[in-house]
Amino acid sequence: MGKTLAEKILAIKSKRSDIKADDFVMAEVDLVLGNDITAPVAIKEFRRLAKNVFDKDKIVLVCDHFTPNKDIQAAEQVKFIREFAREYNLTHFYDVGDMGIEHCLIPEKGLALPGDLIIGADSHTCTYGALGAFSTGVGSTDMAAAMALGKAWFRVPHTIRFNFSGDSLKPFVTGKDLILYTIGQIGVDGARYKAMEFGGAIIDNLSIESRLTMANMAIEAGAKAGLFAADKKTVAYLQRAGKSAEEIYPDKNASYYKVYDFDASSIEPQVAFPHLPENARSVSEAKGIKIDQVVLGSCTNGRIEDLRQAAEILKGKKVHQDVRMIVIPGTQRIYLQAIEEGLMQVFIEAGAAVSTPTCGPCLGGHMGILASHEVALSTTNRNFVGRMGHPQSAVYLTGPYVAAASAIKGEITHPKEVL
Amino acid sequence: MRGKSFTGRVFVFGDDIDTDAIIPARYLNSSDLDYLKLHCMEDADSEFSSKVRPGDIIVAGKNFGCGSSREHAPLAIKAAGVSCVIAESFARIFYRNAINIGLPILEVSLKDQVKDGDLLSVDLQKGLVSFNDREFQAQAFPKELMDIIEAGGLIAFVKKQMEAGEQDA
Repeated sequence: MGKTLAEKILAIKSKRSDIKADDFVMAEVDLVLGNDITAPVAIKEFRRLAKNVFDKDKIVLVCDHFTPNKDIQAAEQVKFIREFAREYNLTHFYDVGDMGIEHCLIPEKGLALPGDLIIGADSHTCTYGALGAFSTGVGSTDMAAAMALGKAWFRVPHTIRFNFSGDSLKPFVTGKDLILYTIGQIGVDGARYKAMEFGGAIIDNLSIESRLTMANMAIEAGAKAGLFAADKKTVAYLQRAGKSAEEIYPDKNASYYKVYDFDASSIEPQVAFPHLPENARSVSEAKGIKIDQVVLGSCTNGRIEDLRQAAEILKGKKVHQDVRMIVIPGTQRIYLQAIEEGLMQVFIEAGAAVSTPTCGPCLGGHMGILASHEVALSTTNRNFVGRMGHPQSAVYLTGPYVAAASAIKGEITHPKEVL
Repeated sequence: MRGKSFTGRVFVFGDDIDTDAIIPARYLNSSDLDYLKLHCMEDADSEFSSKVRPGDIIVAGKNFGCGSSREHAPLAIKAAGVSCVIAESFARIFYRNAINIGLPILEVSLKDQVKDGDLLSVDLQKGLVSFNDREFQAQAFPKELMDIIEAGGLIAFVKKQMEAGEQDA
């Protein structure tokens, strides 16, 4: 029987060609990831278990959530990780100055490759499915055990296939809109314990950045992983990171738990209403909702393509006087590229604040916390109660085009209305 | 298995209780359990930490623990003294984390059958929940997970395996 991408990778990594959905396998991992919130707990557990890490080149620690340190406690957490990284001489420890938001940084550095099996103590670790890796979020204890063993337990997931057909996308529709639309169709637990696999003519033509955005939010449908075939585009993207990679596709006769066929050419720019990502609607249904803050950035939409899209809308215009716009490039390299392309000038002249890379406001950490009854429109991934600050604040999710257009108008707006 | 059989007071929550509601990110600048437990469930019920007593039980709807991978969520619940979380279903990472840290969880639909303050009896070994002379059977855990649960969590399980490996060698 043919295999889905998830089954294919787990079969290779567990050295068991006969695996099927629901089997439990012990598999070797190619990368183990943690951040400044999850790694401290993992390190404490690791010390109860082992004296050595399985491979100092395969553990990645990124200080991105509360950095640059937002308070003394956050500083202590980063110090604790830094000391661990030094003690074990870890190759991939990223601190302020060369860090980026982990899920922007790792693809950029070519640390996630097609066919890889990756676990990370961060729920958005599913991002690397965009590059054809089986990549999934776990907790700190799983991270600890994997740092010691180089292995982890997996239950082979069933796969739900999503085919996006159509000639082309409507103007201002991006990967963010496709994934918000998808979550809106299946709900926040629509892919619980399952792998999502994305394909179809629209996906073939989609940029790697947009694929990363889509895979990133697979967890918002409850999925274990969000996978894309690694095609010529993937191989070319990784070449730019100095890595040679091979294409990988699901078998044509793979067996799927369920198949969704979406006509992507009819999908409008999306906005997810509070307080769940599944509350996705067309931007026209959100028209006129007043906003206090716009955040452009995060592991979902902090890449160069996202900044370009927002700058295209903002060029020569001003952010509304009642709106605070915060722009956060995902990595130092993206930041520099945005400067070279003149995007940062556009943002600053428009009246936006630009920050060094950080997860910051996305999780209500720092760099843009909401007061009670404030409303944010954000290109991030979650709009749960209190996600960006006060429990009585509200977050709407969208893509960079709508975020930028709405920042100008002071209310949620279709981008065509500001051009 | 630890915990075995017990009776506890119920706190009822709805569907899709996310990890930001269980332990808001504003408290993740520490992993100190005495600190985390003070803010357990805060954005779902701001008075939970002052009301909860050791042995109490959380009952919730579908997709409990969705969102972030923060292990601080099951850790905060465990530190608050909650004896068991019973939900119609659990989000994947929370499910894994709870088993890994030894927080008892049961998958059974009970939210609409009970109210705050009701007393539930739980037999973890059998996966059986009793209330008002009615019994509810939870989903059985696969053997692979039962081994981790019975060891008391992932670290204890792996340690045991490593020791067994050394003896075999």
